[in-house]
Order: sequence, then structure tokens, then C-alpha cells
Amino acid sequence: MQAPLLRLTGIRKSFGGVRALAGVDLELRRGSITALLGENGAGKSTLVKILTGVHQPDGGTVELDERAIRIPTPTAARDLGIGVVHQECLVFDQLTVAENLFVNAHPARRGLVDWRGLQARASAALRELGADFGANTPVGSLSIAQKHVVQIARALVNESRVLILDEPTASLSQRECAELFRIARKLRDAGRALLFITHKFDEIFELADRYAVFRDGASVGEGSLDSTNREALIRLMVGRPVEQLFPKQEARIGPELLRVEGLGRSGQFEDIGFSLRRGEILGIYGLVGAGRTELAQVLFGVERADRGRISGSADIALVPEDRQGQGSILPFSIAANIALPNLRALAPRGWLRRRREQELAQHWIQALGIKAQGPSQAVQSLSGGNQQKVVIAKWLARKPAVLILDEPTKGIDVGAKAAVHAVTSEFAAAGNAVILISSELPEILAMSDRVLVMRRGRLTGEFPRAGATRENLLRAASDA
Amino acid sequence: MNSWRHATDTQRRDVSLAFLTLLLVGLVTLEFPGFAAPRNLASVLDDTSILIMLALGQMLVILVRGVDLSVAANLALCGMLAASFNRAFPGAGVWPVLLLSLSAGAMLGAFNGLLVWKLRLPPIVVTLGTMSVYRGVIYLLSRGAWVNENEMSAAFVAFTRARLLGLSTLSWLAIACAVAAVLLMRRSRLARNLYAAGGNPEAAAYSGIDVGRMQFIAYVVCGAIAGLCGYLWVARFAVAYTDIALGFELQVIAACLIGGVAITGGVGSALGVVLGCLFLGVIRSSLPLVGVSAFWQMFINGLVILAAVLLGARQRRHTRSILETKA
Repeated sequence: MQAPLLRLTGIRKSFGGVRALAGVDLELRRGSITALLGENGAGKSTLVKILTGVHQPDGGTVELDERAIRIPTPTAARDLGIGVVHQECLVFDQLTVAENLFVNAHPARRGLVDWRGLQARASAALRELGADFGANTPVGSLSIAQKHVVQIARALVNESRVLILDEPTASLSQRECAELFRIARKLRDAGRALLFITHKFDEIFELADRYAVFRDGASVGEGSLDSTNREALIRLMVGRPVEQLFPKQEARIGPELLRVEGLGRSGQFEDIGFSLRRGEILGIYGLVGAGRTELAQVLFGVERADRGRISGSADIALVPEDRQGQGSILPFSIAANIALPNLRALAPRGWLRRRREQELAQHWIQALGIKAQGPSQAVQSLSGGNQQKVVIAKWLARKPAVLILDEPTKGIDVGAKAAVHAVTSEFAAAGNAVILISSELPEILAMSDRVLVMRRGRLTGEFPRAGATRENLLRAASDA
Repeated sequence: MNSWRHATDTQRRDVSLAFLTLLLVGLVTLEFPGFAAPRNLASVLDDTSILIMLALGQMLVILVRGVDLSVAANLALCGMLAASFNRAFPGAGVWPVLLLSLSAGAMLGAFNGLLVWKLRLPPIVVTLGTMSVYRGVIYLLSRGAWVNENEMSAAFVAFTRARLLGLSTLSWLAIACAVAAVLLMRRSRLARNLYAAGGNPEAAAYSGIDVGRMQFIAYVVCGAIAGLCGYLWVARFAVAYTDIALGFELQVIAACLIGGVAITGGVGSALGVVLGCLFLGVIRSSLPLVGVSAFWQMFINGLVILAAVLLGARQRRHTRSILETKA
């Protein structure tokens, strides 16, 4: 058999005293897509940074084409033919697509940038990928999916033989994912080696042919995807069987808490009507851009509706999709973040009671199992899953009757996900109500008592728990 | 009009600003026919030349998400150095003075740049500090005394005032800087990397661009220009003292913002900045004519900046709403 294109052996890396990689092995083969799995903190990001020349390993070897190499800088990585599509869309919004492909590698003649040559090569790369935008488009006006294509095109013009896709689908709609996968398969068939990092198991089995699993900075398994299944992979990732990924409690559905009629906001959504009852978890499914987040913002009251009525006297809390930007104040402590929506209770007569603030935080750290040193730890130093628990805690502490969760488990690891689901379910079972917005079908199907589907700002389907299936939700959500 | 629709925001902005400047010249000329006379326009350009050069340097710094509040202090210090050197060696001619002011300015800029690059201090704090430090050094150097025209050599003073084809040396220098800047900002790799570093520092780092080094280079160039302008300023007004160009950094930054440079970095064009300077220059020279006191000039500058920022913000909202309906 042919030797792998890229082989990592015993890669170690520590930051200060913290060991991020304790000796991992990884093989990437030509014409193959390898899925890299692991919980947050397993060392996937560190590995990507080593492969792209951002960090240097403390030990271990990297071989490309059976020759040991060093990757001292990002420029070196590019010259070696290692390209990456970053999760956070690392592109230049102010520059055109063409220039984005060649930043710091501008083709030049007599010391001056050769714009015509640059344009031509960029257009050729975009054509090869079948992109639906031109080389002169400012990148700032593209969608996230299109920005991913820009990053892939960048790898293409750099003649990358190894392409790393770092959670590229986290904010893509179903159709955009399909488009991305089409391009990925095309590159695979052209003999390139792809490394695909994701949290979504469906995508792994759809796209990849091999897998590698990291846990706590070590390799715990790799092989062909034909010889394994979802449960086995989860067991490898977590190190123990996860009994129930979506622990839904049975709840008694009570009287109506909230009623929405004819709600509309120009350009975002129209004619939305539904009711929400005690004990209920109402799932709202739809593709990115269907207007779900905008609806949540209107229900919560950050934005105003142009038309329609919201009735019911329930307190509503919103856990927003963007937990770092909108859900929390990152440099503040856990205690200060939880205190924010609860200041009236914590600060009678205007003075903040520090003791009460600390006690409240301590209570929620225990109740939700937030992994932290204590209430005064800054939220920015927590993992994504624990940050999300803090955002949920700050609103639960207010004792709302309705909790809106917008993509509550996006980008968090399996263990934290299960914890978030448990809290959600418990909250509803206690006689409150939950609106769960999610693009993840398994989550919607397992958690909801009833599912509403939105497409392009309108309701296109309502399914009771028993009638909600993968197929009919997808059909209602997509244009076909 | 089709080409108008296809133009980038920056191009549209440049055209509007040029149009606005010409409109202003036209309006003033209606009332004061002498205003548009070549001689007068040449003197407006002469008055605006130093602003143009400084603003082009400042643009580089703002592009990489910095700001240089110390340009005017740098200018004053290098002006004092040039004048003192000339007083000590009156026979040395202009070239050593040019070299001295340019390199002294570059060193002062490099000091700013090193603090920002190596110590990762916020640019506004660094240059607020060095602004005072550089002014303080002038005082220590001169002990508060002035250097007057009678202490300057004839060549020292004559350099900026010499005329070629009706324009002063100062104007020609500004034109040369502007042409070089327009070409280099568009076509040099270094400049394109500056745009990238300011537009998205993280992505730039992943593309192998050393963002800190880019900031350093911007500060050095900005400082060098300020140093050169120090000599030009002192020679033009034939006097050097501690407080020359006091507060001028704000006009320089204002010219950049009016010219479309985004204070958040990554956006701006050399042409826009030059137009921004000319616009301010025309306002400044026409106010006394139409009988508005110089005290109003600051007020009007401020209004223009706010208007420019407001227009920019509306434009952004506009583009966003187009995207949303498309999605």
C-alpha cells in the first residue's frame, strides 16, 4: 500500500504547564478524507495550529511524502502545500475575493503587484470550484458558506496537497453543506488528502472515509469508518458510554403560557402564529436564514415586531446563539455574569450584596455542573460548553416561565451537550415552557414535544412529537 | 451611470469628495472671482502640502489599526533639530538638514512602533505619551527659546519657497508623495499586506504576515514624513519654537477620516486622503474670504468629520439591508 501523504508521530505540545498534546499520531492519505473527532479540549485546535505553522511542537515528527519536515511559520505551511479552512472564517472582508486568495503571495512583476495575473488565476480557481460569485466581489458581501469557498480557493491557488477543514459546517445551512461536501469530494478525487474536523456525526459518515479520535491530547483510535459506528466513536471520544445523549423527561402539558398571532417583521418573518403551554418544549427547526433567530429576538423584546400580537404574561428569557458576543461578558467572572440579569434581587436599594452574588453563582455552578475553579473565574477562560452553562444559569436564576434557547449546543462537546439537554428538560418538566431553536435534526427530534418548521420567514409545518420525522422536517424546511 | 453602480464604495466616495471640493471652489468663486485664479489655487495647495504629506503617513498607521497622536510633536521636535543644526552649521546646505530631519523623524516613529509592536501597548496610549515626551524634549533642547529667521541660513529658508512651473517646492513634494502613495498603496506587496494586517489581523497572521512588524513599518514611515515636514514647516514659517503645530495631529487625523480611512483599520485609499486634505484646505482658505472667523474653522472641521462618519455608517446599513433581502 502507498505510504500516507502526511504522517504525524508522537506530537507533543504544552502551553505553560498545561499539556495540550501528549503524543498524538495521525495519518492522512492521498485521495482520502479523514475525520478528526474529539471533545473540546482534546487537542484538535492545537494540532491544526501545529500543522499551519502557528505553533511549534515540543516533540514528535511530521513527515510529508516520507520526508521529515518542520513547519516554522504559516508561510512555510503554505509553501509545503498545507491549506486550511478555518472555522472562524479567517478572510479579509475589506478586500476582493481575488486578493484574498493571494494575500502575502501577490504575484508581482518588477516589484509591483500584477493585478491582471492575480485576477486571472483567481477566476480560474473559482471556476474550478464552481463558485457562484466573481473574483472582484468584496468578501464582506459574501455569506459564510461562500467565505468558506474563498478559503478553499486560497488553498487551491497555493497548490495545497493537504487541506484541513476545521469545523466548516458549524454555521452552514443544509444546502450550503451539500455544496461544500461536493467541493471536498472533488478535491479528494483529485488525489488531495483532507482532514475534516466536526462535531456532527451525520457529516462524518456522509463525507469521510477514515476517522481518528483524540481524547485529552492523545490518540485513542483510528481506522476506516466502514468498520465502526456512531456509538463506538462516541465511546472513544468520551472514554465511557454516554447512556443517553438526549435525556428527555416526560412532562405533563398544562395551560397556555404564551400566544403569538400574525407576528411579522419586514424582511425577516411574516405571519407567525403559535401557542406555548406549560411543560412543553417547542422545537423550531429551519435552515440558517429562515428567520428563527429574528423571531426569538422579537419574542424576547430586543427587536420590535411590525405586525401581530404576543399575549400572555410570562417572563421570557433568551439564551442567544452567539454566546460570546451576546450571551456573556467574557472578561467578567462567572458570578458577575450570572448576577447581571438578577441585579434587582442581588442589589436591593442599589448596593450589590457580594456574598449573595457569590452564593448564587456557587449554587448554579453545582446545579449545572460548570467546570470552574470557582465563582470568580473569568468566563473567557472556560470551555465553550461551560460558557454556555453560565449563560443558561444567568437566565434560570431569574426564574423565567419561558426559556428560549437559540442553537444552545452549537459547537460544544458531547458531555456538555447532554448536560444542557438535561437542564432544559428538567426546566420544562417543572411546569415552565421552552422554545428550542436548532439546526440539528437529532436534537430537535429528541427534545421537542412539538416542532414548528420555518422557511424563508414563514411557518411551513407543525408536527407533534409522534409525527415528527427527519424526512418531513427536512421537506418542510427546504425549498424543494 | 453604469460604471457608477459598479464602482466600489471607496471609488464612489472619492468621486463625491472631489465633486464636493470643486463645488466649494465654484461657490466661493461666484462671490470672489479671484479665488479660482491659478495663483490663488497654487497658494491653497502650498498651504495644504504639509497636511497632505502628514495625512498620507497617518493613513498607514490607521490602516493597521493604530493612530499616531505624536505626529505634530514629532514635527516640532525635528523642526527644532533642523533649525538648531542649521544655526550651528549654516554653510552645510539643505541636504544634510533634509537627511537629519527625515532620519530623526523615522527614529521617533520607530520608538512609537517598537512600543506598539514589542510591548503590545495600545497605540493611542503610546502616542499620547510620546506626544508629550517629544514636546518636552524640544523644551529641554531649546530651553524655551525661539530660533528666528535671522538665525537661519538663506538656503535653509529658500528651499521650500523656490518655484517651478508656478508651484512651490513644498507643493511639488506633496504631489510627489501623493503620486508615489497612490501607486504604492495599490501595487506594492508591502502596502497590500498593510491592508490585510489592518483588515483582519488574525487572518493576516495565518497568511504569514507579521502584524506587529507591519505596525512598526507604518509608524516608521509616518514618523519619517513627520520629521521631514518638521524642517519644511520651520523653513516655511521661518521660526522654530516649542509649540509649533500644536494640535495639528487632530487636523491630520480629521483629513484621513474625511478622506474615507476607517478608524477601525483596513480601509482607506491614498487618493481619498489627498482629497480629504484638499477639501479641508479649500475650507480653510475660503473661510476668511467669506468673512467667517478662524475660530469657526474647528467647528466646521468637526461638522465635516461627523457628516463623513454619518454617511459612512448609512452606506454600511444600506449594503447590509441588500444582503438580508437576498438571503
